[in-house]
Amino acid sequence: MTAPANGQRAEGTPLLDVKDLTVHHGQLQALDQISVRVYPGEVYAIIGANGAGKSTLLRTIAGLHQPTTGTVLLDGQDVTGLRPERRARQGIVMVPEGRRLFGSLSVEENLKVGATYARTGPWTVERVYETFDWMRDRRGQQAAQLSGGEQQTVAIGRALVANPRVLLLDELSLGLAPVVVQRIYAMLPQILETGLTVLLVEQDVSQALRVASHIHCLLEGRTTLEGRPADVSAEQVEAAYFGLAGASNPAAAKAPPVSLDGSSQPGEGSASLWPG
Amino acid sequence: MSLITDVGAPPAAGFRVTRSQRNVAWTGVVALAVVVVLAMFPYIVYSGTTAILVQAFIVLTLASMWNLLAGYAGLVSVGQQAFLGLGAYFVLILALHGISPFAALPVAAIACGVAALPLWWLVSRLRSGYFAIATWVLAATVMLIIERFTSIGGGSGMPLPGLAGLSPTLLTAYTYWAGLAVTVLALLATYLLLRGRLGLVLTAIRDDEVAARSSGARVGLARMLVFVVAGVGCGAAGGILAISQLQVQPSADFTVQWTAEMAFATIIGGLGTIEGPIIGTAVYMVLQQTLASYNAWYLIILGLVAIVIALFARRGLWGLVDSRLHLRLFPVGYWLRTADGNGRRGGRRE
Amino acid sequence: MAWVNAIIQGILTGGLYALFACGLSLMFGVMKVVNLAHGDLAVVAGYIAIGIIFVTHVPVLWSVVIVVPIMALIGYVLQRTVIQTALDRGVLTTLIVTLGLSLVIENGLLQFFSANTRGIGAGMTLVTGSFSIGSQIEIGYLLLVVFAVAVAVLLGLQYFLSGSRYGRLIRAVADDKEAAQLAGADYRHVFGIASALALGTVALGGIAYGMYSSLDPTAGTDTILLFAFVAVVIGGLGSLWGTLVGGIVLGVAQQVGAQINISDEVIAGYIVFLLVLVLRPQGLITRRAQT
Repeated sequence: MTAPANGQRAEGTPLLDVKDLTVHHGQLQALDQISVRVYPGEVYAIIGANGAGKSTLLRTIAGLHQPTTGTVLLDGQDVTGLRPERRARQGIVMVPEGRRLFGSLSVEENLKVGATYARTGPWTVERVYETFDWMRDRRGQQAAQLSGGEQQTVAIGRALVANPRVLLLDELSLGLAPVVVQRIYAMLPQILETGLTVLLVEQDVSQALRVASHIHCLLEGRTTLEGRPADVSAEQVEAAYFGLAGASNPAAAKAPPVSLDGSSQPGEGSASLWPG
Repeated sequence: MSLITDVGAPPAAGFRVTRSQRNVAWTGVVALAVVVVLAMFPYIVYSGTTAILVQAFIVLTLASMWNLLAGYAGLVSVGQQAFLGLGAYFVLILALHGISPFAALPVAAIACGVAALPLWWLVSRLRSGYFAIATWVLAATVMLIIERFTSIGGGSGMPLPGLAGLSPTLLTAYTYWAGLAVTVLALLATYLLLRGRLGLVLTAIRDDEVAARSSGARVGLARMLVFVVAGVGCGAAGGILAISQLQVQPSADFTVQWTAEMAFATIIGGLGTIEGPIIGTAVYMVLQQTLASYNAWYLIILGLVAIVIALFARRGLWGLVDSRLHLRLFPVGYWLRTADGNGRRGGRRE
Repeated sequence: MAWVNAIIQGILTGGLYALFACGLSLMFGVMKVVNLAHGDLAVVAGYIAIGIIFVTHVPVLWSVVIVVPIMALIGYVLQRTVIQTALDRGVLTTLIVTLGLSLVIENGLLQFFSANTRGIGAGMTLVTGSFSIGSQIEIGYLLLVVFAVAVAVLLGLQYFLSGSRYGRLIRAVADDKEAAQLAGADYRHVFGIASALALGTVALGGIAYGMYSSLDPTAGTDTILLFAFVAVVIGGLGSLWGTLVGGIVLGVAQQVGAQINISDEVIAGYIVFLLVLVLRPQGLITRRAQT
């Protein structure tokens, strides 16, 4: 691929390499030739409006959905054909949308299930208790009785104890109060310092921009924006998110995605989605 | 009482929604011819053959009903033998009061339909697996209750009165015609029901129950109707059984083997298609006749075939034919024809 | 009093019915499958036991040790092959396939063993012996042992489900099988284990039934599945100990019915079942964990 102009992104193999993924829900096309490259240690955020295909992308990477075409590579290995549980054991672990805890199990049991097929690594049930200190006292409580924010934390813990290489976070903020969401995202650095890589989907754009090292915007299954938060203006994000340029100028919407680290395709000079 | 409380918009310009296909007229003629030919059988074939055909009529009627229940309403009933037995016993009871069994037949069938109502009330709320077992508990209970009444034969059953006056030839003929009539009516009723509103509602339920409910379809009512109709049909078949056997017997009339027969015939022929039970019954009878001397083997083979078909060829033998030839003898679906004349089939999806 | 005796009999019979029912309840709880061939497989276990005893002349109780693991294995294989395939196609197909299995098994047994009834351990003291309390109360050894076994099995299941790794996985998969996949669990394998447990327990019940009463090809549906289902419904869907409660209620109802009129025994049980269906479909013990 073209070398990045200013070299922010690491060289070498991406940890997670998604190539030209096209996904259908029955007859409906949800994703159109999406490519994502996540390098070790990154926090890669996927943003977009409802129905843009964000969760579909994550679920396909996790293996819950089979793509029509395209490949998913984990550290160079093709995992496209693997069932979700195999991918989890290989190191792609997802915290699904809506938490999806095992409601009839206790907090500790939820964590233990997560640890059943864990890879070796720094994360253990003990360490999760140390990181989220309220959990230890409540570890015997049934998961269904926790609040939304608590459930979300346990869900993250359940994924962490598996010692993933790539942690997929699907809409952490869904259904949670903003204060709670912020607190959860504040824990992200602690998680990252253990060597994880995070790929997250987030509706809340400002939250995403705050934590991400790289953002990727989807609209109706297509990529409309890609780059570092620092290199992106609010207007550009807005335009990419809502496809505003597309509404007034269909040609622009079909324009190749803008890569703001300078690696846009040769021949395309414009770094703006606005016409003219 | 309307099954659908909403009226859809007319199709968009450039499209026509049609019912008929080129082979419908043919089907009608052929079906009529077949029925006429069959009706003449007592004059031209041996009574042994008509007896076998009466058996086939019973199985075909039962299979059509089971198909309605499982293939269209999504109700897997393992207790239809309750109505079979009830139909037989209602005929017996009326015959004991002096009414000719043949005249009693329609009354018995309707009585079974009425009996279906309280039974439906008992089981309608259950989830499908538990619904299945509950229908079977009901059938077992009905049998036990009936067995207690010695006036209708108790546990060992009794002969059916009122037919002694007929000569054997006439009796065979009348039995045969009654069986034929019941079968034709059952198939006709199934066809007409599915062609109308009920069919739409049932297909909608089958595809997506929540969506069906929210667009106005009265799901519970539709299912209840199907259950009652199936009760009537199976009851009529039971009446034919009693007449053809010249007796009623609890262990034979209420056995769960009847469910085996109607289920296997339907599944092999094609669940969810009207043509399926016809083919399935044919397969069933052929197997039964050829393996008759080997006792239960035909049921074992039928069962294994049914399992394989249920897993790998959902729409049965007819489905295999249909998908290759796009043949539909009983047009109950809709065709969407675009302005350029090409058709896309809708109305019934696998 | 004869009534007291009847009630004690009924309670003890509940243990047998709990053995019938706990596997059914487990399979439904974990994978939402009602295995219509559940009872027939118990009968198969009984016939295998009879066969083994006949061929190898091992003591009757040894046949239990041999047959139960075999049936558990059959349960696993059946689940991973036939039932999983049916599950992937939908609820309707699963019912139809298990119905087909049930009828095929019954007719197969009819073919090979004829409709005659067969018993297990006919001459044993365990089976025929009893002890008396006072003059009116007589308690058969067999029913007492079966009740104890049933309680032990339920305790074992409870311990397994709550304390062990696979027990946790089973409960997790039952709650949310997709989330379990994301945690690295192959739910098909977990389903298989649940099926193995279900068939192992019902095999135990089948052999016990062969000793208590007698086996015939149709006993699987006529008796075992029916009673299992009634016990589950009475005790509440999703509750393991509820199957014991349900079994006891059913057993007592039957014995009381028999006291009133000997031929009322079976129908009394059905009437209780219908009453529960009408009055309280959730059963007497509702599942406490509502997610």
